[in-house]
Amino acid sequence: MEPTTAPAKPKFSPAAQAEIKRLLSHYPEDRKKSTLLPVLHIAQAEFGGWVSPEVQDLVAETLGLRPIEVYEVSTFYTMFNLKPVGKHVLEICRTGPCMLRGSDELTAQLERITGAKVGGTSPDGHFTLKEVECLAACGFAPVVQVREKYYESLDTEENVNAMLNELRGLVHRPILPWEETGLPTSLQNN
Amino acid sequence: MGRKLLTEHVNVEGIDTFAVYRKHGGYRAVEKALKMTPDEVVEEVKKSGLRGRGGAGFPTGMKWSFLAKPEGVPRYLVCNADESEPGTFKDRYLMSKLPHLLIEGMIAGSYALGARTSYIYIRGELLYVLRILEKAIAEAYAAGFLGENILGSGYSLDLHVHPGGGAYICGEETALLESLEGKRGNPRNKPPFPAVQGLYARPTVVNNVESIATVVPILNMGGDEYAKIGVGRSTGTKLFSACGHLNKPGIYELELGVPVEEFIYSDEYCGGIWKGRELKAVVAGGSSVPILPKELILKTAAGEPRLMTYESLSDGGFVTGTMLGSGGFIAMDETTCIVKNTWNFSRFYHHESCGQCSPCREGTGWLEKVLHRLEHGHGSMHDIDLIVSVAKQIEGNTICPLGEAAAWPVAAAVRHFRDEFEWHVTHPKEATQPGAVYRGNLVLA
Repeated sequence: MEPTTAPAKPKFSPAAQAEIKRLLSHYPEDRKKSTLLPVLHIAQAEFGGWVSPEVQDLVAETLGLRPIEVYEVSTFYTMFNLKPVGKHVLEICRTGPCMLRGSDELTAQLERITGAKVGGTSPDGHFTLKEVECLAACGFAPVVQVREKYYESLDTEENVNAMLNELRGLVHRPILPWEETGLPTSLQNN
Repeated sequence: MGRKLLTEHVNVEGIDTFAVYRKHGGYRAVEKALKMTPDEVVEEVKKSGLRGRGGAGFPTGMKWSFLAKPEGVPRYLVCNADESEPGTFKDRYLMSKLPHLLIEGMIAGSYALGARTSYIYIRGELLYVLRILEKAIAEAYAAGFLGENILGSGYSLDLHVHPGGGAYICGEETALLESLEGKRGNPRNKPPFPAVQGLYARPTVVNNVESIATVVPILNMGGDEYAKIGVGRSTGTKLFSACGHLNKPGIYELELGVPVEEFIYSDEYCGGIWKGRELKAVVAGGSSVPILPKELILKTAAGEPRLMTYESLSDGGFVTGTMLGSGGFIAMDETTCIVKNTWNFSRFYHHESCGQCSPCREGTGWLEKVLHRLEHGHGSMHDIDLIVSVAKQIEGNTICPLGEAAAWPVAAAVRHFRDEFEWHVTHPKEATQPGAVYRGNLVLA
């Protein structure tokens, strides 16, 4: 299956437009640019998990910014995907504390199971693997983030499979403003 | 078990809701603050001796008193919830479990500083926590603790949460402000300091989540009472996030002054090193602070037991000591390769350098590169001196402290584990075996 591509002339849904309007009210009137990061998050959720140049232009137009003001920001922050991605982007933490508890092994395991290489997407289009730096969940390492959800303590086969099975069952859809995903297990019982 | 001032009610069912939080004494600090003058609130925080819980340890009350207050110019309180220092995961916990504690602290703090709009800047990865906070903020508005004329006091405040986009550098306060303005997270030159020109060039205070939350117990019990807890200038309680090779990693609220040995080995806390192994080294305050070998983290060079306080952890300076930092406590067992770990941290700082200052942009790249070849058996003895020299050239030569944060771990690793680096050079074959670790002369497979 091909990764989703954004339509040539994207438009924000009414729900997204309402959310953007709400966000704009949080900042002084002459400081619309402050909403750039939250609006990029909305755009990425709306348009298939990545922000194409066309989507970035739409963000610029919506906020009254020059396109370059959006490009320089979208390329600075690591959360914005600048290329098409699979249905689920698995962001694997590779930093020290996760490495100490087996993130290298986890990455290899996920590559093996999904058939994707880090930086790429699995042949079935389900999973994109991405290595990221510290996710601030070091006590529950190794950790993977998928959209808004943290999957923790992935040092057992069981936990890894549970994560993948859950993801395989999820239907991809735009999430606005942000999906209710519930607390990571570590925070439920801690 | 010591007193818990922040997390006392953390496991109460529904404590994330306004009603339950209120029933357990929530928002009393706001009621109290609004009956005081703003300066009196600042004074209580000064008296408490609270030191910034984000890593720098700068006295919060003093930071507040530096805020410029020109007539007719808005000023801001911004909460730094960009928690991303490797080893640190206390703020995520605090915000998810006790969102109203942070909101209560934000209201009291904003009142003290005269801010009419305040922001919580949260790292973009924590969008689910942003939702928890927004829900709690809506509850606080509905209950009259936010918005116009709070509790009839005449004081009004709007509070908003703002997500980042994935960048460690935005934990630096001026990079955070740039980011909040919708720009790349490039730290600003100082002066001017945010206290004079911060968000939108207005006077601004930026405080860590835990610092702001701690204002609540300080106001409830009084600054003087709070200052009685702890040891010397390390007053009160602090959240420590323990990770790495521990039996019970997690978040612990300690009265400052618990011995490090007790924290690591007591069943009340981390429960010792996992798999029955020996402790090798600890990074005590987040990845930026100097690593210490077991002997020096448990006891100072003078043989005194080391305590979980700002002063005790830094006893001996960087020669034999470290820093309390953010409270991100990373323990490493005897099978840990220090060279690999140092390379990993250098890769992190290279990845996260914003690229503005040449010494950091280029230096972190060289550190990663040279450490990579040392770790993979292609290094030379000269390389060991080279990384120390590169680290030294970064330190002190950058706009923001990311330079130091990148340099210190490398310098400290070579300082305390030089023989392990040399072994990688002299025994490249052994060193590159999977799972190989230097331990004196032993190779563990």
